Amino acid sequence: MKILRTAKTLMLATIGAALMAGAAAAAYPERPITVVVPWGAGGGTDFTGRLIATVMQKKLGVPVNVVNRTGGQGVVGHSAIANAKPDGYTLGVATVEIVMMHWVGLTDLTYKNYTSIGLYNADPAGVQVAADSPWQDVKSLLADIKANPGKFKGSGTAQGGIWHLALAGMLKTAGIDPNAAPWVPSKGAAPGLKELVAGGVSIVTCSPTEAAPLRDAGKVRILAVMGDERMKAFPDVPTLKEDAGVDWAIGAWRGLTGPAGLPQEVTDKLVATFAEVVKDPDFVDGMNKRGFPIVYKAPADHIEFMKTSDVNMGEVMKAIGLAK
Amino acid sequence: MDVFITALGLVFDPYVLMVIFLSAVFGLFVGSIPGLTATMATALLVPVTFFMEPVPAIAAIGTAVAMAIFAGDIPGALLRIPGTPASAAYVDEAYTLTQKGQAERALGTSLVCAAFGGLFGIVVLTTSAPALAEFALNFSSFEYFWLACLGLTCAAVISTEAPVRGLVSLLIGLFISTIGIGIVGGYPRFTFNITELLGGVSFIPAMIGMFAVSEILRYATQTGERPVIPQQPIRNLFKGLGPILWRYKVNMVRGSVIGTGIGALPGAGADIAAWIAYAISKKSSKEPEKFGTGHVEGLVDSGSANNAGLGGAWVPAIVFGIPGDSVTAIVIGVLFMKGMNPGPTVFLYEPQLIYAVFIAFFLANIALIPLGFIAIRSARQVLRIPRRALMPLILIFCIVGAFAINNTVFGVIIMLILGVLAWIMEENHIPVAPAILGIVLGPLLEDNFLTSMIKSEGSLLGFFERPISAVLGVMTLAAWLLPLVLWLLRKRRSAGASAAP
Repeated sequence: MKILRTAKTLMLATIGAALMAGAAAAAYPERPITVVVPWGAGGGTDFTGRLIATVMQKKLGVPVNVVNRTGGQGVVGHSAIANAKPDGYTLGVATVEIVMMHWVGLTDLTYKNYTSIGLYNADPAGVQVAADSPWQDVKSLLADIKANPGKFKGSGTAQGGIWHLALAGMLKTAGIDPNAAPWVPSKGAAPGLKELVAGGVSIVTCSPTEAAPLRDAGKVRILAVMGDERMKAFPDVPTLKEDAGVDWAIGAWRGLTGPAGLPQEVTDKLVATFAEVVKDPDFVDGMNKRGFPIVYKAPADHIEFMKTSDVNMGEVMKAIGLAK
Repeated sequence: MDVFITALGLVFDPYVLMVIFLSAVFGLFVGSIPGLTATMATALLVPVTFFMEPVPAIAAIGTAVAMAIFAGDIPGALLRIPGTPASAAYVDEAYTLTQKGQAERALGTSLVCAAFGGLFGIVVLTTSAPALAEFALNFSSFEYFWLACLGLTCAAVISTEAPVRGLVSLLIGLFISTIGIGIVGGYPRFTFNITELLGGVSFIPAMIGMFAVSEILRYATQTGERPVIPQQPIRNLFKGLGPILWRYKVNMVRGSVIGTGIGALPGAGADIAAWIAYAISKKSSKEPEKFGTGHVEGLVDSGSANNAGLGGAWVPAIVFGIPGDSVTAIVIGVLFMKGMNPGPTVFLYEPQLIYAVFIAFFLANIALIPLGFIAIRSARQVLRIPRRALMPLILIFCIVGAFAINNTVFGVIIMLILGVLAWIMEENHIPVAPAILGIVLGPLLEDNFLTSMIKSEGSLLGFFERPISAVLGVMTLAAWLLPLVLWLLRKRRSAGASAAP
């Protein structure tokens, strides 16, 4: 008899719990969230994506998992975010490539295929040369490039990647033919820097954050950053404008997004949470430790930013003959 | 020194030590089961390591492989079936010893020699890799192009008995490596508008398919009888071992040196090291007539050589990103996944991680002695596990692993396709290892060739302008042309001989 009663109580309790869960279903989120990172594990996008996931998990109370969907110069991962079911359970980190890839015809995706949750980081490009090279400032470097077109090669990413545009745009702004320093494509900043140290190329225009370990090892010199102001992590490195009088700023950026058409209440919840995440001490410490500047823009500003970025990239890419 | 202390701290962490222990048990298990290879152990471990920090992840693979290569000797001695191809060279010798009632002596020698060879290989790795990396910092795309060429040449010629078959396999691998967006041209190739293929054929699912699924298929199509396990008690493994090893101390060192050297050659791994060490041992022995009649001398040489080959294989893998064997081919994929990009800069960016890995390997080889002892004692139970229960279990692991890498079913599809491909290749006596090296070295070859051409503005002479590059280039061309020249000379001589009156 007693067993029967216990069973009955258990059953009622189960039904009750099920009903309560049903009522709670209205409140997002109720199950784990996946954050798609379009670049490989161990890189900057992966690091920042994982950091966000950890802090968001704490704030939202559900597991937030990072999934790397790499390849195709970012197309695979960006497609995975845009094509996900717009229910708020698949989000992703959209990077600067989203305003570049469509110009070269790699994909039809543009920033309009995403719902913005917020921009969190912008990393300016830098001008790096080998430590044993003669150049101490960008001015002399530019003069040498102008005097010997085609002699000095640049590297740091794939053909038409963000760091390629940084170099071409710098030359164009300085009144030099953008092809005067030909681009040697590489798989990323690290292999490009390896070539720089080995003497295979003369300039690498990746982010100074990526070049920092080699600078600390005494192999690489950072001449300038292509930003509007100096970077907090590198206070001794001047901006391009200060150093050479060339008014050109460009950088990679990263923002949290979801597929287009997220329900309004989901977007609201995510935007509010994300605004807290970027101020969270865990997030701030993590970003500072690796030297990633925090640049937060709420969705309206983020979209405006992507729009301007899209137009600018198109112009530079057309100028150097990359855009179709 | 600071780096070394940090590295010690990274290894002597309860979690890392537990990972090393568990992967040792796993490696011993896989190695002692005939048909399951050390490479397969690696492929199955990868999805598990996916969730670990870099040091335990790499340590797990290194430990499991060292254990598996030794454990391959156990069924070799007891059943005359090598557990892994690396034990094939001396399986007859070991089995003859068992038939003479000396299974203890055969396995004891194998075990101690394996540990010695393994430690020797790791010492060479630890001392040579950082120095080589410092030198390799001067390598640009020209030098890497030639290294990739040398690697591919080795892969096709050395690793197989029939170079033509090796070449066919290599070309299959190179073809697979061209799928996806070309890094230099930025143009999609063989993708058929499938977005997933833009990123190329995912390496890890490909490996799991080629090494694990193909093995399962082979088992499924075979009907074999169960071998009978000899009822020979194994009590004191180390009894009387001291004098034997002392007598053959030169062989132990010689086997280790040969093993490390051959292991470092791309495409030639522990199995070839064992064959060559055995042959050299026989040639230079005072009593070559005893070989093949249950003589321990050859066991000492080749048993040390195959484990030493493992350490050797890691040298080019870590310093240049060029794998020494099929295990390190997989490891390179794992290193990239963990952000420890192989190449000379790995010692600049995060030296403590790489030294921690070396220390872990050292520990693993020391642990080989007690764990290997237990494995030999429990061999009879392990060999009795029914294969029909084991194989489906492995298939489940394969599917989960291939899925987990990118969280996509596409990985599982790639795994199955390449598994069937590898099975068809092996059924037609086309070796799989050159294809793997093709997949790994293909992008390295192509990228470095194209970037070099961009740098030299289309001039092929650029490949000989830098001194190191010129030396490597001449070596490569010599490796290609020398056999041809020798063949022509011999032909002319024989033609001249027959023309003479």
